[in-house]
Amino acid sequence: MADQKTLAEPGGGAPYRRMTRPMEGRLVGGVAQGLAAQLRLDPVVIRLMFVLLSVVDGVGVVAYAVLWMISPREPYEGQPPARDWSQLAAFSAIGMALLAFGWLTGASKGGIGVLPFAVGGIGALILWQQADPERRKGWVSGATKSIRKNRARTLLGVALVVGGAAGFLAIEGQLAEAGRGLLFTAVVVGGLAVIAAPWLAGLWKELQLERRERIRQEERAEVAAMVHDSVLHTLTLIQRVSHDPREVTRLARAQERDLRNWLYQPAQDADATLAAAVRRIAAEEEDAHGVAIEVVCVGDVQLDSTGKLAAMLKAARQAMVNAAKYSESPSVSVYAEVEGEEVTIFVKDRGKGFDLDAVPPDRMGIRESIIGRMERHGGTARVRTEPGEGTEVMLTMKVAKE
Amino acid sequence: MTRVLIVDDHRLFRSGVRAELGDSIQVVGEAEDVDSAVRSIAELEPDVVLLDVHMPGGGGQEVLRRVLGSGSQVRFLALSVSDAAEDVIGVIRGGARGYVTKNISGKELTDAIRRVAEGDAVFSPRLAGFVLDAFASSEAPSIDPELDSLTQREREVLRLIARGYAYKEIAKELFISVKTVETHVSSVLRKLQLSNRHELSRWATARRLV
Repeated sequence: MADQKTLAEPGGGAPYRRMTRPMEGRLVGGVAQGLAAQLRLDPVVIRLMFVLLSVVDGVGVVAYAVLWMISPREPYEGQPPARDWSQLAAFSAIGMALLAFGWLTGASKGGIGVLPFAVGGIGALILWQQADPERRKGWVSGATKSIRKNRARTLLGVALVVGGAAGFLAIEGQLAEAGRGLLFTAVVVGGLAVIAAPWLAGLWKELQLERRERIRQEERAEVAAMVHDSVLHTLTLIQRVSHDPREVTRLARAQERDLRNWLYQPAQDADATLAAAVRRIAAEEEDAHGVAIEVVCVGDVQLDSTGKLAAMLKAARQAMVNAAKYSESPSVSVYAEVEGEEVTIFVKDRGKGFDLDAVPPDRMGIRESIIGRMERHGGTARVRTEPGEGTEVMLTMKVAKE
Repeated sequence: MTRVLIVDDHRLFRSGVRAELGDSIQVVGEAEDVDSAVRSIAELEPDVVLLDVHMPGGGGQEVLRRVLGSGSQVRFLALSVSDAAEDVIGVIRGGARGYVTKNISGKELTDAIRRVAEGDAVFSPRLAGFVLDAFASSEAPSIDPELDSLTQREREVLRLIARGYAYKEIAKELFISVKTVETHVSSVLRKLQLSNRHELSRWATARRLV
């Protein structure tokens, strides 16, 4: 049955939102914060990224400006809160320090040559941040979602590092001029990706939801069909025959067996093995005569082609019919056992029993259908009964083990 | 008089059992889930607990684990609609002294409770069948032959139970006393609970009982 829990989407089904610039906690324009929320990264990482990129030929400043323009401001009630000047100062200081460092070491003079380091550094930042499990847990609710997203972000980090390395190699190969053009292209494509991502992700998510819903519907339909065809039907029948306790019992019992098979028993081929065949025969006779037949099987064997076991099953069926029809016992016990080459079936009731010697010779049930049949196929049948003591039929057959 | 606690999450079934039990049995209380069962057992100290296998909050096995884990000597008779082997073997391995199915008659249930109260074991035909299956000869090497196999006599007794014989009928059939039949069944129960036979371990592992 469908797990109810799966009905609720883990982690709330909020679709990807468009990137916005929050007013609260912004340092300059809220771009870093908005981007951080969008990528589910720490704003500090994004801010450091912008600072790093700004130190290198001012790319960060351009990217920041572009993102500022394309992303709307997040609606905010009342007076916009003041900027956090101390943090802004800290980031500015880092930027200045880096700039000074670059100027002093001559790295900034390398122009585009420093870019790979910057890109690599950003990738490393993202990777490092991903590695902190406590934080990761806080950002992303819903286990399945988090795996997929974390993978995406890890991939992003890896791509950036690899990009940095590749860029470095390209610089070594004096491809500096092409590199600058590539970088701006990357910034533009990145911006477009950030804009389009919510829409694409929403679409993907919707498809997933729809698929899951369909599977659930199918499962529910199957259970409903099962309940309708069997349980509801039986309950209606029981109400109609409520004056006949025997029939009510028979219906309830048959239904119970059906449900039980559906719930617990693996699908078995009643024409293939002895135990399955015995169970099926017992079920059929139970239905036909309204007497409970309890079956216990120990061991099993494939039905053979010589017809020995088929004959034995016929004899067993006859024994069950006799017990159900004539013994007046409320229940019949059937025990089938396969041990080595010997197959034994017992059919026992606690009914009124009878005097075996007093059975008239023309009564075919026991003599022919049970004893005669077993002996013709090389088996034996024994009947133990006494008036008032119930009856037990024991069938034994030897089969060659394959 | 045997004092009994009925643990089952179906109210209708509890009142049905209460009505069916004979005069020799006093129902001292009812519980409907694992927590209330554990509490009631500690409070009422019944002789026998009629334990449903499937219940919210971990089922009968959880009750067995918590009560017997705390060193209690109370005896459990498992009662279930399920015939699944892992359920049956699971509660027996968990410490229940018997297993009967819910379609048992009132008189048989009374007998079974009395037997469990006296420290004997109660096997339904189906449980006997499972045990015979689980202890059937196999090539697997056995670690403890005493625990890992049944004696000829135990096998005979189990086979008769599986065939639908009552203890009295078994005694008559094998020319032994009812007490001896009970001893054999208790001995099988002990092996069932302690043996490490592969088939039993497999069932137990499937239910995370090991």
